[in-house]
Amino acid sequence: MKFRVIWKKAGAVFLLFGILVIWELAVNWTDTPAWLLPAPSDIFSEAQASYPDFFGHVLSTIYLTLLGFLIGSSVGFLLAVILHILPKIRDTFYPILILSQNVPIIVLAPLLIIWLGFGILPKIIVIGLVCFFPVAIAALDGLKNTSSELKHYLNMMGATKYQLFWKLELPHALPSLFSGLKISATYSVMGAVISEWLGAKTGVGVYMTLASSSFRTDRVFVAIFTIMLLSLLFFFVIVIVERIFTKWHTKGVDKSESKH
Amino acid sequence: MKVSIDGVYKSFGHTEVLKDVSLSVNEGEFVTLLGPSGSGKSTLFHLIGGLMTPDKGSIFLNGEQVNGKRGLISYMPQQPSLLPWRTVLDNVLLGQELSQKPEIEKGKDWLRKVGLGDYENSYPSELSGGMKQRVAFIRALLSPQNLMCLDEPFSALDELTRLEMQRWLLSIWEEHRRSILFVTHSIEEALLLSDRIYILSQRPAAVIEEINVPFSRPRKEALPFTDQFVAYKRHIYDVLKHEV
Ligand SMILES: Nc1ncnc2c1ncn2[C@@H]1O[C@H](COP(=O)(O)OP(=O)(O)OP(=O)(O)O)[C@@H](O)[C@H]1O
Ligand SMILES: [Mg+2]
Repeated sequence: MKFRVIWKKAGAVFLLFGILVIWELAVNWTDTPAWLLPAPSDIFSEAQASYPDFFGHVLSTIYLTLLGFLIGSSVGFLLAVILHILPKIRDTFYPILILSQNVPIIVLAPLLIIWLGFGILPKIIVIGLVCFFPVAIAALDGLKNTSSELKHYLNMMGATKYQLFWKLELPHALPSLFSGLKISATYSVMGAVISEWLGAKTGVGVYMTLASSSFRTDRVFVAIFTIMLLSLLFFFVIVIVERIFTKWHTKGVDKSESKH
Repeated sequence: MKVSIDGVYKSFGHTEVLKDVSLSVNEGEFVTLLGPSGSGKSTLFHLIGGLMTPDKGSIFLNGEQVNGKRGLISYMPQQPSLLPWRTVLDNVLLGQELSQKPEIEKGKDWLRKVGLGDYENSYPSELSGGMKQRVAFIRALLSPQNLMCLDEPFSALDELTRLEMQRWLLSIWEEHRRSILFVTHSIEEALLLSDRIYILSQRPAAVIEEINVPFSRPRKEALPFTDQFVAYKRHIYDVLKHEV
């Protein structure tokens, strides 16, 4: 019983650790050269060594990620609200939302630079394009799928459209909105790195390009692990905010789980 | 507060649901609609609530025609319909919030009065079915509108809880008389609670009989076992049997 609880809480950490151990042993055993695949221990010591230089890159990526995420998800959310309020427009716009995700970012990004230059704007657009979609779709679904029973009650009580939105639809959409935000938060780090590949002075993406063009595979892995860590961190920040805003939701779920 | 419904007709496409329904609820009166399932009782509530307008006929509140006007009644649906993200106290105040500034102290007082004082800050998911119905009823009671429309509020409860809730409703209502229009399938519930009963026919619904319930208030616990009660029950049963 106790073992199961520990496994549930820390299972992922054990698993990750196990993979790293196997990786380390395999690299040592097969004598793989470091430029092909460095051992985790090499990556770790490289991270320590280049930390003073690398940290500036990380900070600038975090800044870009946060800015892009905030703008992208705000746009996504506002778009969802507008489309929800104007259902006639929704049916026209929904396919365009989906199409926006079919534009390959890798192709679009250089174009954006041609159009908009090397400033921060094209970068924000790239991240925003990645971030807005999960938020918009999740919020739209959350706003639309309110319980008909609650809606009926509020209508019978003479609630206005405005009251219906603020007292019913918006709070009902929160859990769904947060699911969207979690996806966006995870993607936004990747979005930031991609946008940095295309002409930035600092950032994990820049560091990564330099490292791979000089065959410093260990540094590439430092960057990869940093991106993973940032995504994870960002995800958990959203989870914590979600817990604060949807206390009722987690409480209800806890109860129904304990019943089974 | 006087409500009267005057010769109301309503159809959905080709299905005629209400056919010349007329009834009234006087100030401080408890009136029940009793009718077979699907006869159109909820539809009548939707008309009074203003969600739809009658095809013909009028609904009057204090002499003023209010066809299709919303926000004039307080409503308690069959399901408790509490907002899961609001605490019990905030749920109780919802009805008030829609049309005025909520009276927080009054809400707390009422919750204490009905034994839910400790649950003020709990969420609906932490309450039992009977407790939820109590919260929904207090919410309707605190809403500023004078007429309360209760649509089978206890039908989702088990028999024992249902009996308990009927006694509970009686005790509160007999103290604070509000005009109530109540819908139920249960003959016994109708007789136990109301001053007057309208029996509706099968669809299309029309009033087939109006019964003045003679039992004095406060209603005693042993009332359902008296001969007079049983005689009324049999009579209503016979009337409804002809319908089904
Ligand atoms: N919006 C609607 N559109 C079409 N038909 C409807 C609509 N609302 C109700 N009806 C029909 O009207 C009839 C009466 O429905 P209503 O819900 O008023 O019955 P009821 O007396 O409340 O039944 P119950 O006691 O089972 O709740 C039903 O046959 C139903 O199918
Ligand atoms: Mg009904």
